[in-house]
Amino acid sequence: MSEQIEMVKICKVIEEAESVRTFIFSHKMDFAPGQFIMVWIPRIDEKPFTVSYHTQEEFGITVFRLGEFTKRLYSMNVGDQIGVRGPYGNGFNVSGKACAIGGGVGMAAIVTLATERDDIVIVQGAKTAVSLLYRERFPNMVMFTDDGTEGRRGFPTDYLSQLQEKHKFEKIYTCGPEIMMKKVLDFCLSRGVQCEASLERYMKCGVGVCGQCVCDGFRVCTDGPVFSADVLSKINDFGRYSLSKSGKKVNV
Amino acid sequence: MKPPMTINLSADICGIKLVNPTILPAGFLGTTKEILKRVANSGAGAVTIKSISSVARDGHKNPTVLMYEAGMLNAVGYSNPGVKAAANEFSNIGEIGVPVIASIIGTEADDFLKVIDGFGDLLSKSKDSSSRFSAIEIPLSCPHTPGFGTLAGQSTPEATSEIVSAVRKKCGLPLFVKLSPNVPDISKLAMVAQDAGADAITAVNTMGPGMVINIDAREPVLDFKVGGVSGAALRPIAVRCVFDIYKAVEIPIIGVGGISSGRDAIEMMMAGASTVGIGTAIYDRGIDVFKGVTDEMSDWMTNNGVGSLNEIIGAAHK
Ligand SMILES: Cc1cc2nc3c(=O)[nH]c(=O)nc-3n(C[C@H](O)[C@H](O)[C@H](O)COP(=O)(O)OP(=O)(O)OC[C@H]3O[C@@H](n4cnc5c(N)ncnc54)[C@H](O)[C@@H]3O)c2cc1C
Ligand SMILES: Cc1cc2nc3c(=O)[nH]c(=O)nc-3n(C[C@H](O)[C@H](O)[C@H](O)COP(=O)(O)O)c2cc1C
Ligand code: FES
Repeated sequence: MSEQIEMVKICKVIEEAESVRTFIFSHKMDFAPGQFIMVWIPRIDEKPFTVSYHTQEEFGITVFRLGEFTKRLYSMNVGDQIGVRGPYGNGFNVSGKACAIGGGVGMAAIVTLATERDDIVIVQGAKTAVSLLYRERFPNMVMFTDDGTEGRRGFPTDYLSQLQEKHKFEKIYTCGPEIMMKKVLDFCLSRGVQCEASLERYMKCGVGVCGQCVCDGFRVCTDGPVFSADVLSKINDFGRYSLSKSGKKVNV
Repeated sequence: MKPPMTINLSADICGIKLVNPTILPAGFLGTTKEILKRVANSGAGAVTIKSISSVARDGHKNPTVLMYEAGMLNAVGYSNPGVKAAANEFSNIGEIGVPVIASIIGTEADDFLKVIDGFGDLLSKSKDSSSRFSAIEIPLSCPHTPGFGTLAGQSTPEATSEIVSAVRKKCGLPLFVKLSPNVPDISKLAMVAQDAGADAITAVNTMGPGMVINIDAREPVLDFKVGGVSGAALRPIAVRCVFDIYKAVEIPIIGVGGISSGRDAIEMMMAGASTVGIGTAIYDRGIDVFKGVTDEMSDWMTNNGVGSLNEIIGAAHK
């Protein structure tokens, strides 16, 4: 794949959770965990999605049904065709004893880390039991739900100290709601643990020219989406502002 | 051995001093003050904000930008947050550290004036130059946004004259008029702009529009179907336009279109440009392209015994 859009056919659909499906394509892709692709549905739109599944022969994306575009994508079947370009951006730097904390569909960005390294501890936070993702892929995952219907009750960030004391991580990766990532970052900075977070911003070009996805002086599509703690701690917009489709600054 | 030459890359456009002649053109990255600071720190001599209209616009749906073998097609559709939000974003504009050009758009002449009003002091000549824009640019030349540019007939001599005169009366800052390469006689249009009060010509905007069809999808790739062509494919056309304009008018020219190396920049200046815009090349060379291009210019000038830009501006006309 490359800068040109390639049309690919869905070869498998996995029901992940309520309103969440993974679509698999039998298509080779050079890819590093954390990178994303732009997905095109002709006449509808083109939007960014993390690659959540990757092998020598296949790749997949996990879609959370939200608005018009993801409704269309979510309702697609085996044999249907979409356009993809990418992968784009900088992924995670895989090293050391690590933990990956995902919240909601942000899980999609961190699960491919575990296929690279099987000693990574995966922690997932979800609203409720039926929203938990990838349970079969990662049976040893540590789970939290806001309402306590599965796993521990509460947010993963409430148990960071406990987890850290037990595992002594050298690095924590995170992707999910920005407020969660901000808490993870603050925790890591206070404990001297390395940290990398994958940011989400409205994207258009995906290749660093249009200025839609900027966070301070950084382009999330090209300089990110994964940023390390030393960069994140300097980004004033992190946890605060993003640009809407028109370019207006709005609170995240 | 000859003593080492001192190369002076400083440029001047309508009295605005630039440390080097490279400029970030409208529509690339210019969404926020912070990203423009980064572009300035990466070596641009001046920067332009993304074009602003009186009210917010979402622009066209994606895909809005696509690369092909010879350049880029775009149909962004002038997404922008509107002048009120932009005036807020670009307050404390001096932090950017280099001259900043305000690109403003409108459908009728009146709309341009509304944007100028909306920016208030940021476009007021009486303010200190570090607390306002250095110049105003009006693109009458976008080929893919209904209501604007060539699709709205803004590139006819009549419309050009009307809009330029109206903006001229309203705003005392240096006024750059950005032209389309898709006109029968660009030198005539440049003369019309000059007569109506333009202080400089920015040449050129994207050409076309063009279309790329994905044959497997059997659909045009851009959601708007057509888009302006920029990058390498545009360069010889932009150079010819600048060459023609240089012969026709007295006012300086900002040469834009397909520049991606120091040699390209020098070529554009030899055609008659005083400064150069670099946009699409950011895709291949990153934001550091500005530093890269100025270093390459400097090397070429050293090797060719050229000490300052004045020796190359318009050199191809002699
Ligand atoms: C790097 C990156 C990776 C992503 N990975 C995934 C993923 O793996 N799975 C997944 O389900 N979603 C992912 N998203 C978010 C996904 O792109 C949006 O959910 C989707 O675009 C929503 O579109 P919609 O039309 O369904 O909803 P809308 O109602 O149009 O939008 C809902 C919200 O989605 C976000 N959004 C909308 N359009 C865009 C856009 N063009 N770019 C970025 N955000 C947008 C906005 O925050 C918006 O408020 C990712 C986003 C980014 C930036
Ligand atoms: C993605 C994109 C967005 C653009 N947006 C604008 C714009 O808002 N206003 C404008 O005057 N020109 C706009 N242009 C035109 C550029 O400023 C420039 O004139 C053109 O791209 C040629 O230069 P280049 O080949 O170096 O890119 C845009 C071009 C591109 C590719
Ligand atoms: S989406 Fe265009 S710069 Fe990132």
